[in-house]
Amino acid sequence: MTHIEVGDDTGRWPAATRPGAAAAATEADRPSRPRAWVVLTVTLLLALLLLPLVPLVLASLADAYFYPQVLPERWSSRAWQVVLDPGSGTWAALRDTVTIGVSVAVLSLVVAVPAGRVLGTRRFRGRRAVELLLLLPVLVPAVAVAIGLHVVFLRLGLAGGIPGVVLVHLVPATPYVVLLSAGVFANAELALEEQARALGASAWQAQRHVTLRLVAPGLAVAALFGFLVSWGQYVLTLVVGGGRVVTLPILLFSTASGGDASITAATALFHALPALVLLVVVSRVLGTGAFASVGGMR
Amino acid sequence: MSGRHPAPVRPRWRTREHIRTWAALAPSLLLVGVLFGGAVVQTILRSAGLLGTGAGGTFSLAAYRTLLTDPVVGRSLVLTAAVAVIATAVSVVLGIAAALLLHRLGRGRKLATTLFQLNLPIPHVIGAVAILALLGQSGLLSRIGAQTGVVDGPAAFPAITFDPWAIGVIVQYVWKEVPFIGIVALAILAARGDELDDAARTLGATRWQRLRHVTLPLLLPGVLSAAVIVFAFTFGAFEVPLLLGPTSPTLLPVLAHRRYIDTDLAARPEAMAISVVLTVVVIAVVLISAAVARRSIRSEAA
Repeated sequence: MTHIEVGDDTGRWPAATRPGAAAAATEADRPSRPRAWVVLTVTLLLALLLLPLVPLVLASLADAYFYPQVLPERWSSRAWQVVLDPGSGTWAALRDTVTIGVSVAVLSLVVAVPAGRVLGTRRFRGRRAVELLLLLPVLVPAVAVAIGLHVVFLRLGLAGGIPGVVLVHLVPATPYVVLLSAGVFANAELALEEQARALGASAWQAQRHVTLRLVAPGLAVAALFGFLVSWGQYVLTLVVGGGRVVTLPILLFSTASGGDASITAATALFHALPALVLLVVVSRVLGTGAFASVGGMR
Repeated sequence: MSGRHPAPVRPRWRTREHIRTWAALAPSLLLVGVLFGGAVVQTILRSAGLLGTGAGGTFSLAAYRTLLTDPVVGRSLVLTAAVAVIATAVSVVLGIAAALLLHRLGRGRKLATTLFQLNLPIPHVIGAVAILALLGQSGLLSRIGAQTGVVDGPAAFPAITFDPWAIGVIVQYVWKEVPFIGIVALAILAARGDELDDAARTLGATRWQRLRHVTLPLLLPGVLSAAVIVFAFTFGAFEVPLLLGPTSPTLLPVLAHRRYIDTDLAARPEAMAISVVLTVVVIAVVLISAAVARRSIRSEAA
């Protein structure tokens, strides 16, 4: 009975892809001083990855960003004032984007909790098929889903409104939330629930005071992912919303074709910022591998 | 303990648990099944003229015949597949390289890893706008070129956005997917990389031998499934080629949408047929790679 496997205790969620695996990397097992060329190459790599955000920041702070200015000739908060003006479309778009995103997060979490518990803790026949079925909506091109559902929604009166957009966002969001919840349940010490029962707690008490406490942070992050998936959707909203539901991605696109580089840049950054803040929150709770474990964000 | 006594009959509690299992899965499967399955069935039926306007409700493969004979569709399909394959391959190579480098960092690895995945949650629309602001003909690079006298003006800067080769689209995909592949590889390295590497070193393997025979085989299964996700996405993405891509021939997802919103309703079955082609290609790639992965695991175990 000398079973000393430190890495993978549940055996259900592959250790390498489990949230937090990258963060758990040991600090002491490598030579502490990396070679200079490694540091240099990594710095260059990070610079390249962050480079596309530089022109956005510069343009958003320019009074008018004419060619061939690199740094703005006159710095100005004009673009930000336009974008953040109470009368601009930004706040209305933000309200609709958040309304849709929160609805998607809540609805997908409701169906994901029972499914996640089963997928995360039990072995049964058909498991792989279920997982594959859940992955397909994420992998199949969004434009195909959008067109296929639009023709149905037109007849049901769901096209061109927020409820229809929520439903179509659920197609890619639900699989993420279910698979993440499965990971949360797989890693939770659910044996504690049985101990609580053995100590005289009712089934409801054990669920309420033990299990829920254990999984709540992870499930909150799973719901956050559902929100983020909805936050970035473009083509699903475009087709099913039919131009009448203007979320931030739709607004950004129409601004980008409008021609004012500074306002486009400020709108893009306004849209990007919450996602970046959420990334930090997610990494804190689930570890840095969290995004990889569910296939990055699409 | 229980393994010593094979159960001859299936105990009753197992069936009850079976029911409970599927009852717990039912809401999410129904939700995804009805919405996603409904979309797929509608698309297939309408592509074959069985529903909707145009073909009048009788089975017909006219839309597919049109696709086969339409040179625009053919060129678009080839270009779309090429873009997806190139973007995936480049992302895999650079992502693995980035992970190997990041893994060798001692101090500062945590900070570097956080910065490395900064663009993962950024929506693709923003990524496309950002790449345009960087690499467009009046973008930042072109401006720097003009200031230093390397290029004469926007028109003299090489067109890598809206270009017929979709280079701007590929760059955007690589920018977005290198961190994804890299984080997957990094997680595998962090979990299992060092012990095997040390063992191989102790046995006298050179650095190149360790990379070739230890590290890369270790990374392969995880990176392969990540690569499938990247391929599926880059093959079917819409907003990136819409904002950065060529207009004629355009990429297949954009073409599907264009035919769908065409004022000529006869083009709608073609839009549906293109959607079916996109879906079939992605599902085929997913199933084939899953089969390949399963076989390689089995042959390893044997």
